[in-house]
Amino acid sequence: MESYFVRKLIFDEKSRSLLIQTLVIGLFALFIYLIAQQTAYNLEKRGISSGFDFLNISAGYDISIRLIPFTSEDTHLRAYFVGLLNTLMIAVCGCFLATIMGFLVGVIRLSSNWLFRNIAYVYVEFTRNVPVLLQIILYYSILLHLPKIKQAIEIFDGFFLTNRGFFTPSPIFKEGFSIVLCSFIVAIIVSIFIKRILKKKQEQTGKQYPIFYINSALIILTPILFYYIMGRPLEFDTPVLKGFNFKGGMVIRPEFLGMLFGLSIYTAAFISETVRSGIIAVSKGQREASQALGLKNNLVMRLIVIPQALRVIIPPLTSQYLNLTKNSSLGIAIGYADLVHGFGGISLNQTGRAIEIMLMVMLTYLTISLTISLFMNIYNKSVQFKGNA
Amino acid sequence: MTAFSNQSLMRNKYYSWIIKNLFSSWVNSLMTVVAIIFIYEVGTFFLNWAIFGADFRTNFRGELITDRTLCSKNISPGEFGACWAIIYARWDQFMYGFYPIEQVWRVNFVYVLLPLAIIGILFDKLPFRKYFIYFTFIYPFLAYFMLYGGPGLSVVGTNKWGGLLVTLFLGVTGIGLAFPLSIVLALGRRSKMPIVKSLCVVFIEFIRGVPLITLLFTANVMLPLFLPDGVNPDNLLRALVAVTLFQSAYMAEAIRGGLQAIPRGQIEAAQSLGLNYWQTTRKIILPQALKIAIPPIVNTCIGLFKDTSLVLIIGLFDLLGIGRAALADMTWTKLYYEVYVFISLVFFIFCFGMSRYSLYLEKKLKTDNS
Amino acid sequence: MTKIKSLFISLLLILGVSTAIAGSHGSTHDLVKERGKLMCGSNTGLAGFGAPNDAGVWEGIDVDVCRAVAAAVFGDASKVEYVPTTSKVRFTVLQSGEIDMLSRNTTWTLSRDVDLGLEFVGVNYYDGQGFMVSKDLGVSSAMELDGASVCIQVGTTTEMNLADFFKANGMSYESVPVETNSEADAAYTAGRCDVYTTDASGLYASRAGYPDPSAHVVLPEIVSKEPLGPAVRHGDSEWADIVRWSLNAMIIGEELGITSGNVDEMKSSNNPEVLRLLGVDAGYGAMLGLSDDWAYNILSQVGNYSESFEKHIGPNTPINIQRGLNALYKDGGILYAPPFR
Repeated sequence: MESYFVRKLIFDEKSRSLLIQTLVIGLFALFIYLIAQQTAYNLEKRGISSGFDFLNISAGYDISIRLIPFTSEDTHLRAYFVGLLNTLMIAVCGCFLATIMGFLVGVIRLSSNWLFRNIAYVYVEFTRNVPVLLQIILYYSILLHLPKIKQAIEIFDGFFLTNRGFFTPSPIFKEGFSIVLCSFIVAIIVSIFIKRILKKKQEQTGKQYPIFYINSALIILTPILFYYIMGRPLEFDTPVLKGFNFKGGMVIRPEFLGMLFGLSIYTAAFISETVRSGIIAVSKGQREASQALGLKNNLVMRLIVIPQALRVIIPPLTSQYLNLTKNSSLGIAIGYADLVHGFGGISLNQTGRAIEIMLMVMLTYLTISLTISLFMNIYNKSVQFKGNA
Repeated sequence: MTAFSNQSLMRNKYYSWIIKNLFSSWVNSLMTVVAIIFIYEVGTFFLNWAIFGADFRTNFRGELITDRTLCSKNISPGEFGACWAIIYARWDQFMYGFYPIEQVWRVNFVYVLLPLAIIGILFDKLPFRKYFIYFTFIYPFLAYFMLYGGPGLSVVGTNKWGGLLVTLFLGVTGIGLAFPLSIVLALGRRSKMPIVKSLCVVFIEFIRGVPLITLLFTANVMLPLFLPDGVNPDNLLRALVAVTLFQSAYMAEAIRGGLQAIPRGQIEAAQSLGLNYWQTTRKIILPQALKIAIPPIVNTCIGLFKDTSLVLIIGLFDLLGIGRAALADMTWTKLYYEVYVFISLVFFIFCFGMSRYSLYLEKKLKTDNS
Repeated sequence: MTKIKSLFISLLLILGVSTAIAGSHGSTHDLVKERGKLMCGSNTGLAGFGAPNDAGVWEGIDVDVCRAVAAAVFGDASKVEYVPTTSKVRFTVLQSGEIDMLSRNTTWTLSRDVDLGLEFVGVNYYDGQGFMVSKDLGVSSAMELDGASVCIQVGTTTEMNLADFFKANGMSYESVPVETNSEADAAYTAGRCDVYTTDASGLYASRAGYPDPSAHVVLPEIVSKEPLGPAVRHGDSEWADIVRWSLNAMIIGEELGITSGNVDEMKSSNNPEVLRLLGVDAGYGAMLGLSDDWAYNILSQVGNYSESFEKHIGPNTPINIQRGLNALYKDGGILYAPPFR
């Protein structure tokens, strides 16, 4: 009887898999249990306190790069949100710039001009084979060598370039600006309707309408018109050098720019490669066929090549966005107050709650990563071949 | 006569190539002009900075440069060239870190044998490949003994290691240790057993979802809390744990790609021959899957090699960390570009080499299959 | 359970986790002796306090404390292995047993002494947070810094003191947080910020490295108390005593005028305290579990506090710090060691 049972365990696939899985989960649970127990023991022995109560204690330090107000009296929890927003800001801006640069370089890599092609090639090889951390540090060093604050370069009226950042005028919205904004939104909605109506007409009559130009004019001109009607309800606060620093206006800090350049220049090299292979993947026959149909070159690109290339480009593009977001955690190297530097660095040091804080930081990144993948998967499905599994 | 016609043919060939690639239309011609100006400007500036106007060991007065104030650019305002003397002065640190200078031959020995240990894996048509592979398996133990010490050799603690040694150690060991782990993870993810599968999926996705720097912090700060008394891996080993786990998740995904490319029929055929799961996997599936997966694996290795630079944030002196330490030294401070360009070049040589190899493999795979 | 635990440990060992044995069994002192060298946590590089020179040898007044302990334990000041630590990891490295003591310009505070499981054994440098500005700004007091950009080295109490100081005086500032003092130097000298704030000692050390040190001035305001001293793990008083009295021996050495140069002559002194310290009157070493000539070894190999100070950070070095608070109590400072009896 017993030998039958043993034989069954070894030779019957189902029982065997059950056995293995029980073993695996048992070992895993044991592993977790041992670590948890050991950690609790170590924490107690070393007299390290734990818990999430520190989140409500005031942080005691200031963060200069921030999107929401923050002073030293605010809590560590708020410091977490300041860091999170800074991480998201650099990630979004970085992805945006990297995409533009990547597409540009990718297209240049396929240019008919040999020199252009190879300049792009050299750019790609040099940027993607050097660590992004090194590039961030390097670009930041270059930014630190911009003129000092007293020798600021005025690029346009009210725009100053210094090694403390790029100072620009900030808009002040006065009464009536909301109407200008409303007119802009209304213009967009109207233009969508116009597009639909004219498209339908085009399908019925075959006559082509300059939809693009009509709508552009509508969207640009309407708010300008209302702007003047309302008596120009927008003013600018220009930065002025007063004492140690510029007062007024807005500023983009070199730490942000260093991160932005480092991340986007590095990631753009990878994106350009996916763009290039995406365009190459659209077979030459497709292009020739559409040219034979009499489509103009830019239409071939817009209607035939790009939509199909996108299908190939998007999955690797997503992983590049993910990489960029994860690399944005390197702000610590140049003092950009992102999640890892601000909350995961300064708060951790002051409270000593390493486990709690690292757990929060990791789970946050995990959530961001999974969210990006999720949205990209949905988008990806929507552009895949329909009905051709 | 024939020589002449050959020459004119050649000239014709060049001529048509130039027309086609540089002057096919007026837009193209304009681009060519712009590109030439760009290359000229950037090229002359860089060459003047890096080579023609640069100081190597001596300045323009012929003095040996022993600190930054003796660099030409710090003596005369007209000079702007690089001052490479910092690289010479810190060469040993860049290569070996703080390894005792009289023991450095041990590191050199390991460096010299590294290509021999790798070459067997890289090229499958190498003569005597079998012996090279044997050596590959011996090498890690030999290297560890040589670097760390043991019977007959004085012990050199890992806190003395630095520079290229740490970069290579983390890169090579991380990849080496991650490889078997990643095969297990990839097979686990494709397993039919739900628990095994979900554990592997959670592990892989977790590691891939968080930045390496958080893993390094965790390993650095928290690993000692997780472990019993008496088990205290030092700083470098903690970083190695993080790097290995990180790399194994990415490598597992590359291998999974290879596994997916194996047609289902092969497995069924193997099973119908009476092979069990392990036999099928070991003899039929893995060899083919790994072959397909090598180019993406090499790409993850390039990524890892670059990412080893992150360990400077947890206080290890890798190549970049040594560079920053050199810049922190009063005698050499401010020579940022020299140091960063030099380190970039080192990373570039390794990474570019690996990416060329990956391309070579991809081409070879294509021709092998067609 | 213990079986599983030992299995777990041996598994880890097999996995190649090489170990630096430390921990609960046996005191730190026994462990250090067994190992044959002292593991000492140092700064990653702060000139004058703890930094490797061009030959890779560690030097500085913090380093001298480690050397003193090694001299006391082994009779050989060179039997020290330095583990560079960043401000972020220094405490965990000590807690985990990777190092036996931490001597790395670390401020003694209540929470660190109590909450982090450390034990500070003394003060080897009385410091305070100060501000450094470029002379050409024409600033003579920290109260004139409204609106300035301030570089701070994070991971310390510095950023909290800074926030408090500016808030208390109703001033605004832009903080530029950086990770290490070399990054802070780079940012400050490039003009990224007007002010560099950290412990005054750090400011002096940084200033010494600047191309033109005289162009920078450390402002008179000191906004915090920063007693810097060596720390050990909590709960091993015997070891804490050894480290504490190794430091004290250096200070007492200065009080009694014993230097590395005259230590042998002093052995025949008439002063009973000198004789006790140098082990001519036996018995004091045994109380600490050390040999009787432990303090003699410290003073002959490392020197007294004054020698260490003058050699690494004193007015004749590029760091150029006056003794100030760190002079002996009888010379107008607050440096004071309990009596050696």
